[in-house]
Amino acid sequence: MVSEAVIWSIFLLPLGSFMFAALVVRPLFNRYSLISGLATIGALGTALGLSIWTLRSAILGHHLEFEPLKWLEVGDATIEIGLLVDPLTALMLVVVTGVSLLVQIYSLGYMKGDPSFSRYYAYMSLFTAAMLGLVMSSNIIQLYMFWELVGVSSYLLIGFWHERPSAAAAAKKAFIITRIGDVGFLIAILYLFTQAETFSAAGLNAFHIPDIWMAAQAEAAAGAIIGGTALTWLALGIFAGAAGKSGQFPLHTWLPDAMEGPTPVSALIHAATMVAAGVFLVARFFPVFEHSIDAMTVVALVGAFTAVFAASMGLVMNDIKRVMAYSTVSQLGYMMAALGLGLYAPAIFHLVTHAAFKALLFLGAGSVNHATGTFDMRYMGGLRKVMPVTYVLMFIAGLSLVGIIPLAGFWSKDEILLGAWDGTGLVDTWVNRVTFFSLIVGVVATAFYTMRMIILTFHGEFRGGIDKEIEDRSSDAADDTNHSAHGGIHLHESPLVMILPMLVLGVITVVIGYIANPQWVDEFGIPKHWITAFLSDGLAEAKNAIGHHETLEFSRGMALVSTLAALLGIGLAVLVYLKRRRLVSDILVLVKPVHILLTQKYYMDYLYENLMVRKWFYRVFAGTLDWLEKNIIDGTVDLVGWFFRNIGTAIGKFQTGQVQTYATVIAFAVLAIILALLLVD
Amino acid sequence: MSFESFLIVAAILFCIGLYGALARRNVLAVLMSIELMFNAVNITLVAMAKYLAPAGLQDDISTVLTGQVFAVFIITVAAAEIALGLGIVFAMYRTDETVDLSEAIQMRH
Repeated sequence: MVSEAVIWSIFLLPLGSFMFAALVVRPLFNRYSLISGLATIGALGTALGLSIWTLRSAILGHHLEFEPLKWLEVGDATIEIGLLVDPLTALMLVVVTGVSLLVQIYSLGYMKGDPSFSRYYAYMSLFTAAMLGLVMSSNIIQLYMFWELVGVSSYLLIGFWHERPSAAAAAKKAFIITRIGDVGFLIAILYLFTQAETFSAAGLNAFHIPDIWMAAQAEAAAGAIIGGTALTWLALGIFAGAAGKSGQFPLHTWLPDAMEGPTPVSALIHAATMVAAGVFLVARFFPVFEHSIDAMTVVALVGAFTAVFAASMGLVMNDIKRVMAYSTVSQLGYMMAALGLGLYAPAIFHLVTHAAFKALLFLGAGSVNHATGTFDMRYMGGLRKVMPVTYVLMFIAGLSLVGIIPLAGFWSKDEILLGAWDGTGLVDTWVNRVTFFSLIVGVVATAFYTMRMIILTFHGEFRGGIDKEIEDRSSDAADDTNHSAHGGIHLHESPLVMILPMLVLGVITVVIGYIANPQWVDEFGIPKHWITAFLSDGLAEAKNAIGHHETLEFSRGMALVSTLAALLGIGLAVLVYLKRRRLVSDILVLVKPVHILLTQKYYMDYLYENLMVRKWFYRVFAGTLDWLEKNIIDGTVDLVGWFFRNIGTAIGKFQTGQVQTYATVIAFAVLAIILALLLVD
Repeated sequence: MSFESFLIVAAILFCIGLYGALARRNVLAVLMSIELMFNAVNITLVAMAKYLAPAGLQDDISTVLTGQVFAVFIITVAAAEIALGLGIVFAMYRTDETVDLSEAIQMRH
C-alpha cells in the first residue's frame, strides 16, 4: 500500500524540477540548459513509477483515504489540503505522468537549440505539477487553485514564443475564453459556500469533494442537502468551467489558436492532458451531475454537438496542427457526451486512449514540422518516403483516432457508441438517439479529415515546404512574417530522441485499447472489462452503493456500424484526395459556400472578435463607460474644482489690504452682535 | 457726579477714537485715535471701580482697587504699544516715504 508521502511526491517532484529549472538553472547555468531538461525527465520518470505504484495499490483495493490538513476555516466550511485517491485519480496520475514524460523526452530533440530551453522545461514542469495537483485534490478550493494554475501554465506555454504577435494573442485568447467558463465554476463554488451552514449541520464540509457527493444524494443518510433546481445550476456551473477548459461549444475557439505554442506543448497540454481536465472535472462531480436530468442532458447535447461541429471544421483546415486541434475538440465532445449520457467509465477510457493516440499524432506533426519547417499541409506531401517511421506511427495513430479495430480508439469509442445506443436511463431516450446519431456522423467526419491529413502530408509529391510557403506568402501579400519555428528544410527522419517516445506511444496506441479492457475473456491476467469495471467500482464506492456497476458487453452489430462509418469516411477521403486529385477542385467548386463557411470556422471568431468584442464590448460597453467617465465622473470632479476656484476669486475681492476697511467691518459686526444680544434679551 | 455721566463721557471719547482710527489716513492720527480709545476704556474702568463693587464687598468698596490697577496696566501697555507703533511708522516712512495708511497694502498678497 502506498503511503501519503508517496502520493504527495508525485506532485512535488515536477514542482521541484520547476523550481530547479526556474530558480537555479535559468539564472545561474543557462549555458548548460540541458540540465533542466534532464532534471525534468528524471523527476517525471520517478513520478511515473510512483504513479504506477499508486495505481497498483488502487487496483488491489487498498484503503487510500488520508486525513486532510486543515488550512483555513471560513464560516462553517473548512478549506483543507488533502488527497482524494480513487480509481479515476490513480488512472489520471499515470496518464499525466506517462504522457508528460514521453513528451519531455521528445522535447529534448524538438526544442534543441532554442534559446529559452530551460524556461520551456520550467513551464512544462509547472504544468505537470499543477495537473497532478488538480487530479489528486480532495477539496474543491484546492482543486480550483490547481485548475487556475493549469490555466496559467497553458497561457505561458501558448505564448512561449512571445516575440510572435500571433502567439501572444493566442495565449491571451486562451486565457480569457477559459476564464469565461471558470466564472461559472467559481459561482458553483460560491453557491456551495452559501450552503455551508446546512452542510455542517449534517456533519459535512461544503468544500470537501466526497461530502459534496454525499450532499447531492437523496437517499444518503444526510438527506439531500442540495437538490432540485439548485443542483442543476450547480452542475451547470461546474460544467461551464469544464466546457471552457475542454473547448466545448461555444467556448472552443481558443483551442485551435493554442496551436501557436511549441508542438510538444500542443501534444501534452492541448491534446492529451490539460484539455481533458474539463472531462475529469465533470467525471469528478459525476455523483452530483447524475442527480439532475437537465444538467446531464445539457452535457450530453453540448458534447454531441461539439463532436460533429468541430469535426466539420477539421475537414477543411490546411494547418496540420489545426486539423488535430479540431479533432481534439471533437473527441472531447465524445467524452462529454458520454458523461452526459451517464457513461462514466467509457468516457474516462476514451480519455486514456485519446491521450495516447492524440499525443502521438501531435508528436508526429512536430516531427513532420522538424523536416519541412512548415505546418501547412499544402506545402507537404510525399513524406512517407523520407520519414517512414513517422509515417507508420502517424498512420497507426490516425486509424486509432478513426476507430479501426484493433487499435485503442476503436475499443473506447465503441463503448461510447454502444452505451449511447443502449442508453443508461439517466436521460430521456431522445437525447440518447440524438447523441448517438451525432457521434456516428462524427465518426465519418473524423475518418475523412484524418485520412485527408495523412494523404496530404505523406502521399503524393513533395510540395516545397517552408521555402515555398514563404515565397507564396511574400508574392501573395506583404505579410512576410516567418511563421515557422524551425526554419529550413532538411528532409530526413527525426532524431532518435524524438522517434523513441513516439514508438512507445505507438505501442501503447496499438495495445492499450484491448489490453486495458479485454472484451471477451481474461487476457494476460487482466480481467474482462477491467478498466471500465475498475472505474465503475470507484464510482459506486463514491456513491456508497454496493456491488459492481454494470459494464457494457461487446456488440458485433455496433462494431460493424462504427467500422462501416469509419470506412465510409476513409473511402471518401481516399477517393477525393488520393485517387483522383483533380477532383478536389471540382468538389470544392460544388460545395463552395459550405467550404467557405467551414474555413471561416462558422464565423465564430468573427462573431466573438468583431461583433462581441469590437462592436459590442469596445464600442457599446466600453464606449458607454468612457462617456460616463468623461462626462459624469470627470464632470463632477471638474465642477468641484471650478466651484472652489471661483468662490476663491469672488471672496478674494474682499481682501483689499486696507486695514481700515477690515477694522470698520469688525467694528460694525461687533456692534451688530451686541445689538442682537440686547434684542434677544 | 453720577456713574452714568462717566460712562457717557467714556462712550463719546471711545466713539471719537473709533472714528479717527477708522477714518483717518495718517498713521500718526490713527495711533492718536487709538490712544483716545484706550483712555475711554480707562475712564470706564476707574468709574466702575468707584461705583460698582463685587458681590460681598459692598461695605468696604474703598479697599477694592481692581479697576485702578487695570488702568495703570493699560497706561503702561499703551506706552509700550505707542513706542512700537511709532517704530513701525518710521520704518514705513523710510521705505515708502509716506505715512498714508491706504497705501500700506503690501500684505494683501
